[in-house]
Parts: sequence; C-alpha cells; structure tokens
Amino acid sequence: MRVMAQIAMVMNLDKCIGCHTCSVTCKQTWTNRTGVEYAWFNNVETKPGVGYPRRYEDQEQWKGGWMLDKRGRLVLRSGGRVKRLLSLFSNPDLPSLEDYYEPVTYDYDNLISAPASPDMPVARPRSVLTGRPTAITWGANWEDGLGGAPENAGADPNLSGEWAQKVKFEFEQTFLFHLPRLCEHCLNPACVSACPSGAMYKRVEDGIVLVDQDKCRGWRMCVTACPYKKVYVNHATGKAEKCTFCFPRIEAGQPTVCSETCVGRLRYLGLLLYDADRVGEAAATPDEKDLLDAQRGVFLDPHDPEVVAAARESGIPEDWLTAARRSPVYDLVMRYKVALPLHPEYRTLPMVWYVPPLSPVLDAVDAAGGDQDDPDHVFAAVTRLRIPLEYLAELFTAGDTDVVGGVLMKLTALRSYMRERTLGEPGDDTALKAVGLTRGEAEDLHRLLAVAKYEDRYVVPAAHKEDAAALSAMEDRCPVETSGDPEPRKIMLGIPTLRRDTTAGGRP
Amino acid sequence: MTAAPLSPAAAPASGTDLLLWVAVPYICLAVFAVGHVWRYRQDQFGWTSRTTQLLEHRWLRWGSPLFHLGAFMVIGGHVVGLAVPGSWTEAVGITEHMYHTTAVWAGSVAGIAMVTGLGMLCARRLLTRQIRLRTDRSDKVLFPLLSAAVLLGITATFAHNVFGAGYDYRSTVSVWFRGLFVLQPHPEAIAGAPLLFRLHALTAFLLFAAWPFTRLVHVWSAPIGYLARPYLVYRRRATTPATAAADSRRAA
Repeated sequence: MRVMAQIAMVMNLDKCIGCHTCSVTCKQTWTNRTGVEYAWFNNVETKPGVGYPRRYEDQEQWKGGWMLDKRGRLVLRSGGRVKRLLSLFSNPDLPSLEDYYEPVTYDYDNLISAPASPDMPVARPRSVLTGRPTAITWGANWEDGLGGAPENAGADPNLSGEWAQKVKFEFEQTFLFHLPRLCEHCLNPACVSACPSGAMYKRVEDGIVLVDQDKCRGWRMCVTACPYKKVYVNHATGKAEKCTFCFPRIEAGQPTVCSETCVGRLRYLGLLLYDADRVGEAAATPDEKDLLDAQRGVFLDPHDPEVVAAARESGIPEDWLTAARRSPVYDLVMRYKVALPLHPEYRTLPMVWYVPPLSPVLDAVDAAGGDQDDPDHVFAAVTRLRIPLEYLAELFTAGDTDVVGGVLMKLTALRSYMRERTLGEPGDDTALKAVGLTRGEAEDLHRLLAVAKYEDRYVVPAAHKEDAAALSAMEDRCPVETSGDPEPRKIMLGIPTLRRDTTAGGRP
Repeated sequence: MTAAPLSPAAAPASGTDLLLWVAVPYICLAVFAVGHVWRYRQDQFGWTSRTTQLLEHRWLRWGSPLFHLGAFMVIGGHVVGLAVPGSWTEAVGITEHMYHTTAVWAGSVAGIAMVTGLGMLCARRLLTRQIRLRTDRSDKVLFPLLSAAVLLGITATFAHNVFGAGYDYRSTVSVWFRGLFVLQPHPEAIAGAPLLFRLHALTAFLLFAAWPFTRLVHVWSAPIGYLARPYLVYRRRATTPATAAADSRRAA
C-alpha cells in the first residue's frame, strides 16, 4: 500500500444556477492574458448540449483518455509512444480554434472617439486573433440555458443510445441542467502520460496536475490525450496551460477561486487518501460499468488505523490525516456515495465528482401531475422516467442507470424526510431506510448538502512549514508568465498584471 | 564545371578567402555554441517549437511532416557527404559513380520534400493573418535564412549534379568543412567551388549562428526519452526544478 493524498472536489449540481461566476473569476485570475483568450480553465456548460470545445466528449473523434486494447491492456486512445512521436509534426487529433471559438474584443474606443453624428456609435466586435471586425458565431457557452437547442443540442455525444431518439428539445418537454467543469486532476492522468517532454506531472503531496512551463516544448499531445479537453495551447507562448487547482491558494489552506466565489455554494473541497499502487489496476477494470466501484476501491478510509499507519510511513503529516477524516469529499464520495465521477469510462480516474441533479426528475414529476414531496411519486418517476436518467447515466456512470437512480432516490428520501423534520414533524424514516440512511446520517448529509457551511464545504489543510522555503521560492514566479518580454517579469500572484493590448496587431 | 584537383601546394588563400571560409565559419560556430549555452540557461520558458497548429492546421498537416521528414533525410545526406571522406566509401567498395547516383536520387527526393514543405509553411505564415501577426523578429530572420540555405542547396544540386556535368564537392567543399573541425582549415579547398555551393555554405553557417536565437532550438529537445519513460510522472513540490532554479537565482 502506497498512500497518497489528493485534494479533490465535489459539485452538487442541483444547486448550480448557471451564473458563470466561477468561470469569470477563474478567467480573471488565470487566463486574462494574450494567447489564452479562448481558454477557460473553468467553464459551465448546459446539458444537453455539445459543450466546449464542441463535442469534446466524442472520443471516437478526439481520441482522448484511455482504452483497453484487444489483450485487455490499458493504452492511450490516441495511440502508442511511437505513433505519438510520429505525429509531433502535425497532430491529427488536435482541436482547432474553430472547435473552441474565435475570441473577440469590442471597439470600445469608438464609443468615445466617434465624430458627432445623428446615430449612436456602436462598439463592433473585433477578432482578437486577426484584429479585424468579425461576426460572433460561437462561444464557450453558446447554448446557455438550451439556447439554440433544436439546432445544436442534438449533436451532444451523450445522446447516443436508442433512448436518445425520445429526447425532445421542444420548450415544454425538454430538461436541462448546468455542468461546471474544470481539470479533473485525475489519478491516472492521460495528459501526463502523453507528454513527450515529461513537463506535465502530478504532485506527490496533493495530487494537483501541473504543466512545468520551463520544460514544456509545445508538442501539444496533452491536449489530445485529455478526454475532458482541459489542457489548452497558449498560442502566444506555444506552451500548454491548464487549471492549476489554484495551488497557491490551496497551499495556503484556502479554497480555489471557483469554489470561493461560487454563489450557489455547491462546491466541496477536501482530501482523499488513495493507494497509488492500485491505480493502474483500477483503470484497467474490464467492464466500464465497474469503473466507479474500482475507483472507490482505490480510495482509503482515513479512520482505518492500518491506513493511518501506512500514511504516516509515506510521510503524510498528522494535520493532513485529521483533514482527511473531516473531508466533505470523503463523506460524499465514500460514506454516503451520492457523488459520481464525470465520464468514468475515460479511465483516467477523475477527481472532480458530481452529485447528480434531481431537478430534471422533479420537473417531470410535476409535468406528469405528481407530487414532488411524495417520495413514492418521485421514486416511481425515477424508475419510469427513462430519458433524464439515461442521460445522467451516460455522463456519470458509463451508462449504468441503476447507480444514478439509486443516488437520486437517496436524495429524494433525504429531501422528503428533512422537509417533515423542518416542519416540526417527527419524520417518517421508512423512505430513509429504503435507501440505507439512518436518521443521524440524514441530518449529517442534509447539513453538508443543504446548509453547506463554509467550514464544512472546504477542509483544505495548508502546505507544510518544512516546505516553506520551496513555497516562498514560488512566490515571485507566476507559473504562466507571458512571452515576449525581454526578461522574465516578476509577477506577484493575486495582483493583476498590466492590461495588455489584446488586439493581435496592436490598436486597429 | 569542375574544380582543379586539390593539392597541398595550392596557391595561398587570399584575405577575402580567409575571412569568408575561416573567420566567418569559426565566428558562426562560436556564436552557435555560446548562444545555445546562454539560451538554455536564460530562457527555458522560450525554449519551444512555438506551435501554431491551433490557429491553422490545413496547410500544416502536409507542410510540416514534409518539411521535417525531408529535413531529416537532407541532414543525414549532408553528414555522409561532408563528414565521410571519399576514400572511406571507396574502401568499403562504393564507387564514386554509385555514391554519386544514390546521392543525387535520394538527395533530390529529400530536397524536393523539404522545399515543398517549407514552401507550404512559409505560405501559411504569410497568408494566414493570425499567424503572420504572431511572427516575431526571430522568425523574420529564421524563415528567409532557412529558405535561402535550402533553395541555394537544392539549386546547386540541380544545376551541377542533376542537369549539369557533375561536380564532386566531396573533394573540395567536404575537405574544407572537415578541416574546420580538426582545426586545420583549408580555405583554398572551397574557394574554387562553384558560386552556388559557396553561397550555400555561407548561408548555412549564418543559419548556425542564428540557430540558438530562434525556434530551431526545439531540435535539441526531440523527446526520444519518451519512448522509455514510465507513463505517470510524479514530482514533489519541494524539489521541482523551477524551485531549484528560483533558489539558485536567489543565491546568485
């Protein structure tokens, strides 16, 4: 047993209102620079929808993640090592900028410098890449709230089974929810495995996956290998960049920017201990539907004295073990088992998990004339309602509807029990028992999911004092410096750098 | 056009010849070596292939593999032609005619692939606005210089060895080139070579001088080690090279 600690995230999708505050604050912090205008380390997409970049979930096309070859061995879908080196000159599976969108700015200057005229001056959109006026035809979140669903959403790669024929995009019959996405900081990261330079790495201490900007040579194999398409090419520096899990904040014991600013308070951060020796075996589980359990099997119980002893042996500090025992992520993923990974079938063992949304089911109960508060109605709906359930299963359980259905029933039972409790009734726990929760557990889970206090949501142990020298050495060095400066500028994290002229050819 | 047979008693080299064929090559090689050391120590962040595939991929898809694979063959051909003396190849039973025929055929194929590829890469750089705007000063030196060296080389081959009477550069240009590296320069050996060969040699040395300051440095980062490395890379925060570098900067 080789115990490692991972800082992981869970998102409670029922609470996501699609306000994009996480994306905007993330962009302001990390990608408001030349070369990554198109990149969103955190983005929120509407599901069903094609996502960002377009149809990234279609791995037949984009070749992301891992797969099992004919002999059952775990291999990168984009091919072996030799094939990867041969495609250095031109990567056949790299999304082009059109697959993301063409970033634009506006002629704001025209609003104040236009000569007097009977018409109002307008700020026309201008491509950041060419500096020329352009028509905006796509964006990182073009289909927000199912915008253009009849035309676009049918291309969602998750709408693949026979059941997908029944999905309706007419206003009255459709369903939608928001899916915030960031780098999954996987246990078995395909991007790291595909990097020819060895510039990408997973940190031993906290499992954060990073790109060493000094070692990246711009071979861009990571972009293809990541099935979530969460590694981006900076077209100004020619190097790869990705979500850093806000490691300077995490090291200081603070939540990531996306979590801190989430107005729905739906994000949870905490430690998970896992057995690094079992990662490869779990990722190579033959049946895709067993991957969820296989990944849970890699996680270790921080209350188990044997695990604690092994963790101490591998140098995990005592306060980290305490934090692991308090981890809300451990509770949601392992104790209550209400959180599920996004696309486990990519075999990267992702570490940002989701509590699936109940809302599409409840909407359907309403539409069918049922009572949202009656668990019997909802349970019946959960099993009868093929479409959202199968869609959610496609996202979170490699198509296994039983697992998603089980989680939704658990959430329904919890909701109905806690409603009774809040209304001053003793509460009927038959439904709770049916989903395997005790009254005490229900109170705990309710506190975690619904009350969601700051100190319960974020249990982030600070990095250790013995590493203080290393930390302060990182301080004067932004990991994603801008190129083109005569000498590397010292950029203090947290202080916005000078706003550069974002039109490519200087001011038009 | 054939060169006069070379003899040790050839006329002493003129001042111009000394400058062009001894001083300039040595200066260029010195800049090449020192430049690389300086760049590697100072500019790891800028050390990249500077890919533009994200912005344009249709031309790159053909142009880049053609150029790179052609370049590998061309470089291989140059190593054989310049570094291996004719007497060695004849000692293993390869006659001058056999060598020449192979060199002309393989060289032509490689050269045409490289020129076509480079042409496509230059074209996309010029014609695609978003790439043209991201072309920096080093590219503005590199692309013309590389094109000049490649075009002069292929023109020399075609003019003299494909359509011409044949020119045995191995007894002149190669002698001069090897002499530079054993510190016994023979400027007179190349001084009599045809103009196209001399210009090609000169642009090639200028390219060497420019090399460390351009994106060509990515050549030295060809990721061969990837073939043998474990897939997953773990690193400790405390021992990252970035930290070590920052520490050493601080100490300095």
